[in-house]
Amino acid sequence: MSTNTLKRLPLAALAGAALLGLAACSEVPQVTVYEQGEYRGKADTRPWDGGEFKGDRAAWEKALKERARGQNEYNRVQ
Amino acid sequence: MGRMKFLCDAERCIECNGCVTACKNEHEVPWGVNRRRVVTMNDGVPGERSISVACMHCSDAPCMAVCPTDCFYKTEDGVVLHDKDKCIGCGYCFYACPFGAPQFPNGPAAFGARGKMDKCTFCAGGPEETGSAAEYEKYGSNRLADGKLPLCAEMCSTKALIAGDANVVADIFRERVLRRGTGAEVWGWDAAYGGGEQKQERKQERKREGQS
Repeated sequence: MSTNTLKRLPLAALAGAALLGLAACSEVPQVTVYEQGEYRGKADTRPWDGGEFKGDRAAWEKALKERARGQNEYNRVQ
Repeated sequence: MGRMKFLCDAERCIECNGCVTACKNEHEVPWGVNRRRVVTMNDGVPGERSISVACMHCSDAPCMAVCPTDCFYKTEDGVVLHDKDKCIGCGYCFYACPFGAPQFPNGPAAFGARGKMDKCTFCAGGPEETGSAAEYEKYGSNRLADGKLPLCAEMCSTKALIAGDANVVADIFRERVLRRGTGAEVWGWDAAYGGGEQKQERKQERKREGQS
């Protein structure tokens, strides 16, 4: 190996180290991508499935709507 | 059917705590756990306001977002419920909830010692067989499956607390506000005993009494 090459070796090492050090300054994505949670518990039945409505969703909705409208006392006093 | 919602009319709430009592009795909620409570601002000062607060069954519920065990779910009609068998009592939902709805049977204990979280179910029970003893023990009664609304709202004597499909609730409230007006005119002596002519009559009566 020539003396010239030996002289350049520390310079090349220094350049390599600087390159590695500067690499740490590059832009890294900072935003975490959150995983959308999914319900992991037991499955639930729908309110109109059992009991008196026996799967009749329309009847359940009607019953509930009537009940909700009953909260308006203007309907009752007039 | 849209989304199930509660609405509390602060102009009507008289802080009777009937809703709190009805809820506790209907679901046999243990001592120290309050699924619903009444908050009063400026207590004793003219113009005080009370409001009944429980789980508001948020459309984008923060409790669901933070739960590490993913024990929350939302029903088709917009009621936020949870599976107590999956709950580890970490309390994250309590910190996330802006209404303080999640309750813990052992109070503010150490991590993992708080017990299973308990909250308002909109009287819709939970993920157990509808009407079963297990459902009642863990979540309380399931009135929604019987075609009934939450008992707190149905019991409310002044109809300050109303519940049901958001559209119906909004219609009731809109009509109410349009009829009664808003603000200071619905509070105080005039609202209770009448203003205008009645006030004049009272003044004249007092004048006559003074002359005689």
